Amino acid sequence: MFESLVALGITVAARTITGARSLWLGSSPQAVQRIYFANHSSHGDFVLLWASLPPALRRNTRPVAGADYWQKSPIRRYIINRVFNGVLIDRDSSDPAYDPLQPMLKALEAGDSLIIFPEGTRNLEDGLLPFKSGIYHLAWRCRQVELIPVWIANLNRVMPKGRVLPLPLLCTTSFGAPLQLEYGESKEDFLSRSREALLALDPEQH
Amino acid sequence: MDKQTQMLFAGIGAILILASVIGRVLKWRSGGTPNPVIDNLNARINAWWVMVLVIGIAFWLGQWAVILLFYAVSFYALREFLTLTPTRRSDYPALVAAFYLALPLQYLLIAADWYGLFSIFIPVYVFLLLPILASLGGDTTRFLERASKVQWGLMIAVFCVSFVPALLTLDIAGFEGRNLLLIAYLVIVVQLSDVLQYVCGKLFGKRKIAPNLSPSKTVEGFVGGVALASLIGGCLWFITPFNFWQSMLIALLINLLGFAGGIVMSAIKRDRGVKDWGHMIEGHGGMLDRLDSVCFAAPIFFHLVRFWWA
Repeated sequence: MFESLVALGITVAARTITGARSLWLGSSPQAVQRIYFANHSSHGDFVLLWASLPPALRRNTRPVAGADYWQKSPIRRYIINRVFNGVLIDRDSSDPAYDPLQPMLKALEAGDSLIIFPEGTRNLEDGLLPFKSGIYHLAWRCRQVELIPVWIANLNRVMPKGRVLPLPLLCTTSFGAPLQLEYGESKEDFLSRSREALLALDPEQH
Repeated sequence: MDKQTQMLFAGIGAILILASVIGRVLKWRSGGTPNPVIDNLNARINAWWVMVLVIGIAFWLGQWAVILLFYAVSFYALREFLTLTPTRRSDYPALVAAFYLALPLQYLLIAADWYGLFSIFIPVYVFLLLPILASLGGDTTRFLERASKVQWGLMIAVFCVSFVPALLTLDIAGFEGRNLLLIAYLVIVVQLSDVLQYVCGKLFGKRKIAPNLSPSKTVEGFVGGVALASLIGGCLWFITPFNFWQSMLIALLINLLGFAGGIVMSAIKRDRGVKDWGHMIEGHGGMLDRLDSVCFAAPIFFHLVRFWWA
């Protein structure tokens, strides 16, 4: 109950500050299992993407986030675990048996949708970093799940790294056409194809 | 709200009813087939109802509400401008100063009736402060261009727009307590000029007046719209401190400025590769699309009245 109030507060704040305009360019907001993959430039990325989805889809769409950042304080732990029901990944685990894909696969098996950032880290420049291979392994293991590219525009200007006070600039989230791993497609081909599909949604590229 | 203001809004209401009826008839005659021009016309008329309602409520609540309304208008306009003009990470302090310092202070100065400061605060002090803040980040890439973007945004969206409520600060002999009508006069004349240029352009438009800058503007629309709006401006002399001829000449001047404002702001949009500044007002685009002509007309109108009448 309290969690949904906090979620509502965060959503309303994100939408008010950024104007949160969603463009469904190649897909529509449907309740099918999906992996939304987006560009990553700010800690607010998944919040804005999540807030851009219709309320009915938010409930079982879970952000994948780095445990190192989100486990740091009780407030962060509360927000990522209780409010957003996030899937936490230990990015610098020393345990050789630890498989970062495992928590994501478990969430997908449970029928949830995921929000992932295949660049693996926040990109402070324009454009897009090369993708890490995680997205390929997810696509290979869960062929039935649609992969939707989502370009989040301008949020890096609203909340630049290390700044606390957000700027009220307008942000647009563009949802592209669903992608699937094709049979026989190599890892390199898929990574570059999915990256191109995401880049094509960036209005600055045209 | 005095009698004249009520009459004015009743008149605008009557024109909007007429416009809505015409819009419906055109839609009905097109036989239900989607027609982008007619649908856009109806969207525009509906948005006009909302805009007139919002301004009407502010007028009814009084001067403070009008100042607050234009504060909000400036905020939305500044947001659209700075969204479309990319800056870099080191511009963050300058942008914070723009949104959280310059914008509220400008309107506070107007509310405090401090002409000596509100007329130079942004063009002098903020003009110097912004590049200082931008230099702190140590990033020289496109420095002049980035600094100018923030300065321009504040000048157009905050400084120029704030001269509309600044009309409330003028003391005009024999016109005491009626300054809201000056705002009504300015907004009605400039917006009517936009509307009539659009209507004349759609009805008679043939020769494009500035094809590279604003492909939809035509010579016929320009001449017809400006002439008609200036004539109506003359007929509105009874709500102003001017006589008929003064009122018509002033209307002509602010209509020409408004037209130029539309062209200039359109040039910025084309350069950025967009058609509209935003999506806030259905059928019109963003706040700045509706406001570009007012931005250019307001400061000149203010100073004209201040110099000769106040």
